[in-house]
Amino acid sequence: MDKKKHLLAPGHTACAGCGLSMGARMVVDAAGPNTMIANCTGCLEVFTTRYPQSAWEVPWVHSLFENSSAVGSGIEAALKAMGRDQEIRVIAQGGDGGTADIGLQSLSGMFERGHDVLYICYDNEAYMNTGVQRSSQTPFATATSTSPFGKASYGNPTRKKNMAKIAVAHEIPYVATATVGFDMDLKNKVKKALSIRGPKYLHVLVPCPLGWKVESRLTIKIAKKAVNSGIFPLVEWENGKVTNVRKITPEPVTEYLKLQGRFKHLFADNDEARAHLASIQKFADENIETYGLKS
Amino acid sequence: MKKYIEGSMAVAEAVVLCKPNVISAYPITPQTHIVEDLSQMYANAEFKGQFVNVESEFSAASVCLGAVVTGARAYTATTSQGLLLMSEVLFNMAGMRLPLVLTCANRAISAPINIWTDHSDAMALRDSGFIQLYAENNQEAADLHYQAYKISEDDSVRLPVMVNMDGFLLTHSFEPVDMPTQQEVDDFLPSYKPRHYLDVKHPITFGSMVGEDGYMEVRYNLEEAMKNAFGVIEKVTKEFEQKFGRKFGIFIDTYKMEDAETVIVALGSVVGTIKESIDLMRANGIKVGLMKVRTFRPFPKQAIVDCLKNIKNVIVIDRASSVGSGGILATEIRSAFYGNTSVPKVNSYIVGLGGRDITIKTITDIVGNFANVKVQDSQFVELDHKYMQAGDEYLKTI
Repeated sequence: MDKKKHLLAPGHTACAGCGLSMGARMVVDAAGPNTMIANCTGCLEVFTTRYPQSAWEVPWVHSLFENSSAVGSGIEAALKAMGRDQEIRVIAQGGDGGTADIGLQSLSGMFERGHDVLYICYDNEAYMNTGVQRSSQTPFATATSTSPFGKASYGNPTRKKNMAKIAVAHEIPYVATATVGFDMDLKNKVKKALSIRGPKYLHVLVPCPLGWKVESRLTIKIAKKAVNSGIFPLVEWENGKVTNVRKITPEPVTEYLKLQGRFKHLFADNDEARAHLASIQKFADENIETYGLKS
Repeated sequence: MKKYIEGSMAVAEAVVLCKPNVISAYPITPQTHIVEDLSQMYANAEFKGQFVNVESEFSAASVCLGAVVTGARAYTATTSQGLLLMSEVLFNMAGMRLPLVLTCANRAISAPINIWTDHSDAMALRDSGFIQLYAENNQEAADLHYQAYKISEDDSVRLPVMVNMDGFLLTHSFEPVDMPTQQEVDDFLPSYKPRHYLDVKHPITFGSMVGEDGYMEVRYNLEEAMKNAFGVIEKVTKEFEQKFGRKFGIFIDTYKMEDAETVIVALGSVVGTIKESIDLMRANGIKVGLMKVRTFRPFPKQAIVDCLKNIKNVIVIDRASSVGSGGILATEIRSAFYGNTSVPKVNSYIVGLGGRDITIKTITDIVGNFANVKVQDSQFVELDHKYMQAGDEYLKTI
């Protein structure tokens, strides 16, 4: 293979600065050509496979919104049954909705049955494909189209569901968080995961300029700030134990939040806004403490 | 070799003889015996593929989808709520033109919850793009599976097939069933050679997004594939008859039609009861015959019109109802006659929902009263007024 050729080809229809398209390309490039992918419905499927074109240079299947992990399980079972499982790696992937909400049951089933599949969640923290509605991965106090800011609302009232910990609770051999902000780290985690047999889970934070209301040139910067503030820690769990974290010199969460229109209402000059910001800082501080993130 | 076995066991053995690479299923009454028997054959290394025990019917169907796109032959079985939970995947598989054989152990749909036989489940999936075949007895149920794979995998068809057998009435009853040898099945059913599958040497994309520019054409091709299934079903059924010496009709089958003035139309296990009723009525000089529908999708309009065009009275027995429209088989049979110069009097009877026995008396009463009723909307037969009067009070206890 031409070393410069990406396995997710350019020319697809993603928005400028789409973190998801960068993440998906990094993942498939790191996985290499002997990979088969099962994909959830969502932005990634829509912008890469508008018939009669496809941006995928590896075998790829999309079935439904909530079943990429079960389809991936079927691919793995078929490869095993036909004796082709040794040389081929299987990836199942989806967005935060397809993974943490509507597809959580089938993902749990894939983990529990021990399929040799790497699951990748591309988390852009809302239902971006349908117009920025909240998901269980939408952070606290985020304004989305179904959790807008208003007289009686400061945005999304709940915290992000901790998918990495849910994966760890399934006692699978490898779980990690990553982001497009640190590309080598992401690629290394994909390679490491694929070297391990059994179910693996990788949760990748991918900023969405449209949904996060940030300039499209800031995707990588904003992803780095999510990590450097402690709000999105980069952690690896092997056989249930934390084996690696990315150390940071913590920045205040406001450095991360203030660049994003979805948190604009938190910067009003009143006590309620300040209280919400303080809560978010507390979540970051808890992460810094829990995972020993301070360098 | 003839064996005296349970319907579920006959089907499980037939499925293993078809050598699927992947079986995935989720237990639901009355399909359970099929998957239990398959599990035991897997445990005994008699089934040598992969058996994937999943957390839901939705995932069972999805695992099968993943297996089929990888080039494998797959199998699943379900019923009722399980079929409904699978339905999103089943429409998807048909749209993606993926061959699969699914056994539906026909059962009523909730609410009220009821685990006994009727055809509400399969009928709800009639627009899914699945070929639908209905078994009259356990021999036919087993035999349909060998044929179903061959029909499903034919290159001009490439559509999933649902083999329907009445829950409990067939799945849990013992009958002598002639089981073929592995060699005989291998000679009839070659291994699956898909036109397209996931292959790292030739990467292709399955399930892409098709906009307004091509969606209609893809759906048109699906319709054409279903039409192609007529010829393939006929070819496969005849080949099966030649090899195994058994035939249960192609699209339809008939019984004592020669001089019949009245014909009863039905599908599923009730056909056996109807045949006995016909023998009794004929002994009393009533000229009555039977038309059994074996292939419901594709709907064999021509075969049905040819069979019934010179008949005076047609009684359609439906074990399901499209709420707000009535008997589903009856509606389609009436529609088949539109534009025909010779149209029989067709009346529609909803019977045997939720496992209610359909007895010889049920059938003879319908035939006996037929002359007294005009052409009318679907009638529910043998309603128990005790429950109807209880009305809302009864529902509250559910």
